[in-house]
Amino acid sequence: MTTTTTTTAGGIQAVKPTVGSYVRDYWGKVRGGDLGSLPAVLGLLVLVAIFGIARSDTFLSAFNFANLFNQSAQVVFIAMGLVFVLLLGEIDLSAGFASGVCGAVMAILLTNEGLPWYVAIPAALLTGVVIGLVLGSLVAKLGIPSFVVTLAAFLAFQGVLLLLLSDGKNISITDEFVLALNKSNMSVTWSWIVTLVAVAGYALAQFNRYRSRIKRGLIADPIGIVLARVIGLAVLLIAGTYILTQERSINPVINSLKGVPIVVPIIAVFLVFWTFVLGRTTYGRHVYAVGGNAEAARRAGISVDRIRISVFVIGSFMAAIGGILVVSRASSVDPNTGGSNILLYSVGAAVIGGTSLFGGKGKVIHAVIGGAVIAVIDNGMGLMGYKSGTRFIVTGLILLAAASVDALARRRASATGS
Amino acid sequence: MAATPLLELRGIDKSFGPVQVLHDVGLDVYPGEVTALVGDNGAGKSTLVKCISGIYTIDSGTVTFEGKQVSIHSPREASALGIEVVYQDLALCDNLDIVQNMFLGREKKSGIILDEATMEEMAGETLRSLSVRTVKSLRQLVASLSGGQRQTVAIAKAVLWNSRVVILDEPTAALGVAQTAQVLELVRRLADNGLGVVLISHNMNDVFAVSDRIAALYLGRMAAQVKAADVTHSQVVELITGGRSGNLGLPPEKPSEFIDITPGDGQ
Ligand SMILES: Nc1ncnc2c1ncn2[C@@H]1O[C@H](COP(=O)(O)OP(=O)(O)OP(=O)(O)O)[C@@H](O)[C@H]1O
Ligand SMILES: [Mg+2]
Repeated sequence: MTTTTTTTAGGIQAVKPTVGSYVRDYWGKVRGGDLGSLPAVLGLLVLVAIFGIARSDTFLSAFNFANLFNQSAQVVFIAMGLVFVLLLGEIDLSAGFASGVCGAVMAILLTNEGLPWYVAIPAALLTGVVIGLVLGSLVAKLGIPSFVVTLAAFLAFQGVLLLLLSDGKNISITDEFVLALNKSNMSVTWSWIVTLVAVAGYALAQFNRYRSRIKRGLIADPIGIVLARVIGLAVLLIAGTYILTQERSINPVINSLKGVPIVVPIIAVFLVFWTFVLGRTTYGRHVYAVGGNAEAARRAGISVDRIRISVFVIGSFMAAIGGILVVSRASSVDPNTGGSNILLYSVGAAVIGGTSLFGGKGKVIHAVIGGAVIAVIDNGMGLMGYKSGTRFIVTGLILLAAASVDALARRRASATGS
Repeated sequence: MAATPLLELRGIDKSFGPVQVLHDVGLDVYPGEVTALVGDNGAGKSTLVKCISGIYTIDSGTVTFEGKQVSIHSPREASALGIEVVYQDLALCDNLDIVQNMFLGREKKSGIILDEATMEEMAGETLRSLSVRTVKSLRQLVASLSGGQRQTVAIAKAVLWNSRVVILDEPTAALGVAQTAQVLELVRRLADNGLGVVLISHNMNDVFAVSDRIAALYLGRMAAQVKAADVTHSQVVELITGGRSGNLGLPPEKPSEFIDITPGDGQ
């Protein structure tokens, strides 16, 4: 085995990375307990294989594939917000009903008040922000554990939702724009344009980063790995778009059904945005720092309270979007919108995806991958005819497995660490 | 060496409620020298450091930095002057890498985006200027470093900012022999680079190995500040444990002031 050393930043000697050493490093990290989203990705492949073999006609149909995105949108959005909360080692148990309340605010403004979507949607988002500010301030300024604050809010929001709906009456919505968000698809042409722009954008970002690091004499990931990433994403997106642009209506003459669901680019935009915020901005760096060691962050001059409040704001804001999307899909809001298993599925999505419950470790993509795992289990087992009781038990066990991986990784890291 | 101190403390008093922890403390820190701050557990060393770094505000006394009287109200103000502290309990985030830790709270940006390349270069240069060559990668998570390496990162973080005075609170307390030697060497190098260094330590060997001056605190009072070459191990131990050693240290009547805290004594 040959290793070439090179001189990097400020003349520090370092091993020049090759594709081989990159893979070995990654494997070393995995063995050291830093698994990231590897278990979730593998689990997803296994689940898809199982359901694909058992129910190839229904589970693997393009119709069902498109359906998965619409079904899981609410959980994925709440989970993306929860990643921020979990990064600080906090929890938000009220996110499910917060999304219900925000969805109800939108529905009331649309239907009861007859206001347009461009008033109703911002109002719902603002409701989310206010909820987050209140929760975050109670946690950060009064020092009440987030578990207690959000448990109280969980109960209270359930009540608020009931009152908003005048003791349980459904409110239906008919606004075309809102209904389109989580019901309609992009045209085939637009589907391909969006996909190709996304692939090109990712490739550009990856190559730019590679080039600028090399130009400054810094160590960059080997070009083989960069290429593999770009090609991997391109294959994934193009294959997905290909499937979703096939006709999936049973009776296409009456009602043609094809194209990527509009909710997919909506998820993608938020995924990219929050990933950028966490990875590339000072704010994101400070979120990780506070989650890793709040005292160190405080001594470094970071306003820990502000960071703590902000993650609850982001959490409730994303829950509000989840609420808007679920109301769009159901065309109505009812007293259980955001209730039952929604919150637990969302926390489960973040944790299954690889975000740590202990704080300091997690990425927004984890919410999407974990959300996909949960959606596939729920959908696949449903198609196989299992009762919802069985589905809950299986999802619970998988969440437990993910939490165990997290806890074991932590023990392993502290054993191999300092 | 240099005749004028970089940092001069005079008459520092500090109380926590009814408990006075620092009495009329004076301290001089010279550029290019290591000043060891010694004293028994609870003598007030950490408290004095926190007064200098702005974590605590002093009740009375003056702080003079580079000839100008200053008042420091927060760690930020201390940093702005060029005073950096490496705390007893390391202030590093395990989940961040070396570069991220070194720039925590003072990240370099281009626009709104973090300028990782510049930070990596500066971190690398700083580590090299301290002759640190033991890290595998600047992008290694701090969690995966040894105790000595972590201490090195903490120290490098403190000198990254053109700091003038670096205060280290027991930097070798948790380290083995080899790593202690490594860190002490680093401490010496800081002074050789012209910084004023304050080293808090309970280990007399360490103190005599690297320091030019020794300042001994006894029950919150500065017993003596002497050149390391002028005193012996045992004299310093006496200063630490009794506040006095021969004609060095507090006058005999001073410590007796404390006797009235024992019940039944006094009037
Ligand atoms: N925040 C505080 N409130 C009240 N008393 C304090 C506080 N901080 C320190 N003290 C007291 O001040 C005295 C000096 O403490 P300090 O931590 O400065 O000692 P030290 O010299 O650093 O000791 P060690 O060698 O054990 O680190 C102790 O008696 C301690 O109990
Ligand atoms: Mg101390």
